Amino acid sequence: MEWGFPENFSTFGDSIDATYGAIFYVTAIAFVVVQGLLIYCIIRYRHREGRKALPIHGNTRLEIIWTVIPAIGVLSVAYLSASVWLDIKDESRFPGGAYEVGLHASQFEWNVTNPGPDGALGTDDDFPTRNALHVPVDQPVRVLLTAEDVIHSFFLPNFRVKQDAVPGMEIPVWFEAIAPGVFDLGCAELCGLGHYRMRGTLTVHSPEDFEAWQAEEGGVASGTAETPTVAAR
Amino acid sequence: MSTVTVPPDYASQFHDPSHEDHRSFWRKYVFSTDHKIIGIQFLFMSLLFLLIGGLLAMLIRWQLGWPGQALPGGDVLGEARMPGGIMLPEFYNSVMTMHGTIMIFFAVMPLLVGVYANYLIPLQIGAPDMAFPRLNMLSFWLAVPAGVLMVAGFFVAGGHAAAGWTSYAPLSTNPEFTGVFTGQVLWTASLIILGFSSLAGAVNYITTIVNMRAPGMTWFRLPLPTWALFITSILILLAIPVLTGALILLLFDQVLGTGFFNPEYGGQPLLWQHLFWYFGHPEVYILILPAFGFVSEIIANGSRKPVFGYHAMVLAITAIAFLGWIVWGHHMFQSGMNPTLGAGFMATTMVIAVPTAIKVFNWIGTMWEGDLHFHSPMLYSIAFVSMFVIGGFSGIFLASTPVDIPLHDTYFVVAHIHYVLFGGSLFAIFAAITYWFPKMFGRMMNERVNKVHFFFTFIFFNLTFFPMHELGNAGMMRRIYDYTQYGFLEGLVDINRLISLAAFGLFTAQLIFAANFIWCLFKGEKAGNNPWRANALEWSVPSPPPHGNFTLLPMVYRGPYEYSSPESEEDYFPQDAPPAEESVPEPAPTLV
Amino acid sequence: MVTLCRRSLYLIALLPIALTACGGGDDAGSAAAGGGAADVAPVQIDNPGTITGSVAFTGTAPTLETIDMRDEPVCSDKHTEPPVQRTVVVNDNGTLSNVFVWVREGLTQSYPAQGEAPVLDQDGCLYQPRVLGVVSGQPFEIHNSDAVLHNVNAQPDANRGFNISQPQEGMTSERSFSTAEVMVPVQCDVHGWMTAYIGVVDHPYFAVTGGDGSFTIENLPPGDYVVEAWHEQYGTQTANVTVPPDGTVEAPFTYDAAAARNAIVPLGTPIDLHDHGAHVATVPTDAGDEE
Repeated sequence: MEWGFPENFSTFGDSIDATYGAIFYVTAIAFVVVQGLLIYCIIRYRHREGRKALPIHGNTRLEIIWTVIPAIGVLSVAYLSASVWLDIKDESRFPGGAYEVGLHASQFEWNVTNPGPDGALGTDDDFPTRNALHVPVDQPVRVLLTAEDVIHSFFLPNFRVKQDAVPGMEIPVWFEAIAPGVFDLGCAELCGLGHYRMRGTLTVHSPEDFEAWQAEEGGVASGTAETPTVAAR
Repeated sequence: MSTVTVPPDYASQFHDPSHEDHRSFWRKYVFSTDHKIIGIQFLFMSLLFLLIGGLLAMLIRWQLGWPGQALPGGDVLGEARMPGGIMLPEFYNSVMTMHGTIMIFFAVMPLLVGVYANYLIPLQIGAPDMAFPRLNMLSFWLAVPAGVLMVAGFFVAGGHAAAGWTSYAPLSTNPEFTGVFTGQVLWTASLIILGFSSLAGAVNYITTIVNMRAPGMTWFRLPLPTWALFITSILILLAIPVLTGALILLLFDQVLGTGFFNPEYGGQPLLWQHLFWYFGHPEVYILILPAFGFVSEIIANGSRKPVFGYHAMVLAITAIAFLGWIVWGHHMFQSGMNPTLGAGFMATTMVIAVPTAIKVFNWIGTMWEGDLHFHSPMLYSIAFVSMFVIGGFSGIFLASTPVDIPLHDTYFVVAHIHYVLFGGSLFAIFAAITYWFPKMFGRMMNERVNKVHFFFTFIFFNLTFFPMHELGNAGMMRRIYDYTQYGFLEGLVDINRLISLAAFGLFTAQLIFAANFIWCLFKGEKAGNNPWRANALEWSVPSPPPHGNFTLLPMVYRGPYEYSSPESEEDYFPQDAPPAEESVPEPAPTLV
Repeated sequence: MVTLCRRSLYLIALLPIALTACGGGDDAGSAAAGGGAADVAPVQIDNPGTITGSVAFTGTAPTLETIDMRDEPVCSDKHTEPPVQRTVVVNDNGTLSNVFVWVREGLTQSYPAQGEAPVLDQDGCLYQPRVLGVVSGQPFEIHNSDAVLHNVNAQPDANRGFNISQPQEGMTSERSFSTAEVMVPVQCDVHGWMTAYIGVVDHPYFAVTGGDGSFTIENLPPGDYVVEAWHEQYGTQTANVTVPPDGTVEAPFTYDAAAARNAIVPLGTPIDLHDHGAHVATVPTDAGDEE
């Protein structure tokens, strides 16, 4: 629960939290310095009888100092962030061996296309679920994100995952769960009057559980697989 | 610099006060070409919109503090909005959209630019009026129909625009997606008209500053508000056409069935975001650069000291304005934009923190070794520095692409934008209103009441917006009607309720200011020419200045911040005061 | 095309709308503009006759899709049996439910609505009834009996559409349609399976078949009429009848399961542009608009 974030269950979540922490300490120091100086000035240089201001116009050395120090600070933050970012979002760095699942966002539902036992999308054993994403633990998950109507945003607070789903685009997202459980899945981009209700669940299964769930759900839904990208209606 | 030639026809434009003013009431106060009247017209209009925007914020805070509960008396808003006092999600979306739109386009932007660019620029550069007074009048009278259309949206079938102030396509283009029909079109049309108003203003401000400075008013003797407004005007001139163009495409999508932003017809939703933010980020600086200028002016005045690093301040404003053009992608890190591009935008965004830091340190440098007078404009200005710094820091979190993943589109962003636009811009606006009120209306605002207002605003502002960082960390999405629908947000009711109570307090505190403003318009203590003992040219003329501003062409001998100068007996030295005979300037003291 | 033209009109109508709107047209879009036909005194009809009949069904009834309501316990708890998508409801006596039967031609004047406002209820995350008839201009009520958000997204062709929400249990909204249109599809986007059809006609001479597949249209002036039956999957059928003074005439309709393949269902616009069209998967017309 560090920084008030929801508890992290994803492999890369810690690196995001650590980057947050680094920025927090850097800005906290700067915050104390700046607000401290302000308060100091307010108290020390307040008007009293006979006080006279010193008419200084500036100081080039100081200007250089307080240009260079913040520049070093923010550029190191940027440098630190870049690799964390690309590891998460750059498709060429996605881990291999991922479990692939289709996620189609529409007003106001998350329509999941599960690959079924053969692990491949676009085959006969695909089956849909509605507002329920099921994934195995300890295996990278690759979500193929699409949208039907407007822009939605796929948000897994416990996994530090957020990615807009844009109509006309297929955007891959990956994450890997480190523990089984049931988690919230939300829509983070305003998508209309039912936006606040566009919620789902992410269920992370242990490998045995996952097979059992796949067998049960896949069997139930296989009779109605005419429109594979849509959840049962 | 010592010899100044004055073009004779230019000097003859100055109004001779012995001539009677023959303008009719309508030409004098309504369809006026006088920049001061236009500035005051913008002031009243944008303060009205500030009030409307604030009321909308209160509705938002009611719903978030007491989700789904009936607002006592709320049913007067009607069955389509708040049946039985319970706010409907579609009305919430409209309210949230219009709070953002009105505050940004009809309150803060005209308050900073429409009011003060109009009012201050000719006075500060020693000109009788704007370069194009009729264009200036057009600028205001385009803003009025834009405002009327924007308000009209509340009363049409289907309600007002509900796609957020960013109006992301395709949500904003297809009425089937929002249930909003005419409202969305009115929103677009209103902003297109307002764009022309802003452009008319910007052309005017730039031309005026370039061409109409009084003799001796060199570029580096310009007061910083004028500098900031000059750079801002350039930003407006370049940014608003992008928005207007994008809005016209949006309007085509909305009413003609084109598909610029609709993938079904070969369009691309991200195109809207690129166009919008290509305008939108310079817009953020349009909303803050003038505030930088006002605060620099007032802190120097309150500290009785020259602005520390005047040239650095000007350079920093220019640098921010330049960098502001290459950071728009940081609004789109999670949009599906290429992540490598995101990393690039992160770098440019981080760099923009540097000139901002320079400004902050220079403000502190200005106060250092000063003789601080805490008049209310000074209090607002110091609060501005303090609050803006917090907004800047939260910006670094959001600029870091990986940290933006959990924080994007959460209340952390809401906290950030309010620290910048309320803690920043609006505090600077309060500073500016209180500082130039005596010049505008010839009367002082009540200092004691202003300080009460300052105190409550400062406290309630922080109580309202600081906890929102925590909401964002916890993952509470922005623009969400009822967060309690999510398991991981259910525990946030208490903190939201606290925020709502603080927000109600914040709104109430603004009524103190409104009462003080109206009361002092009529009953305030009479102000002299120069109540703040300031240097800039506007303080050398009567309060309020006559039509034509200056009876004689002013001569400028020095920069605007010669406070506590050893050359002057007083602790200020007006820009147009002739230097003492035979004065031998002492070497300027330096920091050890 | 119609949509396009209508939207273009918005542009032209922009300024007047804005101006009149300022005059205080509060709550436009609700039923206020509807004509309020409910209060009108019944028209006196001499020697009225009746059309009655029953909609038969032949062939094998299709298996209905089960609705996965698990993530909406508020609704699934209301169903003792697994809820199904009621696209084709065949009754025990071999008749078809949810067929909208109305007098399409033959009436020489319009007639006002009679009785109380029709109600479209949302109960257990299903519309009740699935097929509803209203008179043009007649206000009807939309009611939410579920403690969950429903939105009611009606996108008609000839009328002004609406998309409203009811976030809480017990909420009621009143709406009306000004122009005759068979049918107006209604959709809840929060629960994608929720679909209803509203038939808007200029007179009260319509009926919806129920559990016994029969219908009765009463109080008609004697004369020749064209009666149409509409079913969401099997399309329309017409029958020519002559209503005798003070008498009853039978209008039999028969739908065959095999006919579903080529059925043409007049819905006006597609149910929902952003819906995969699962509801009318067998309909070949307007496929261009559909996708």
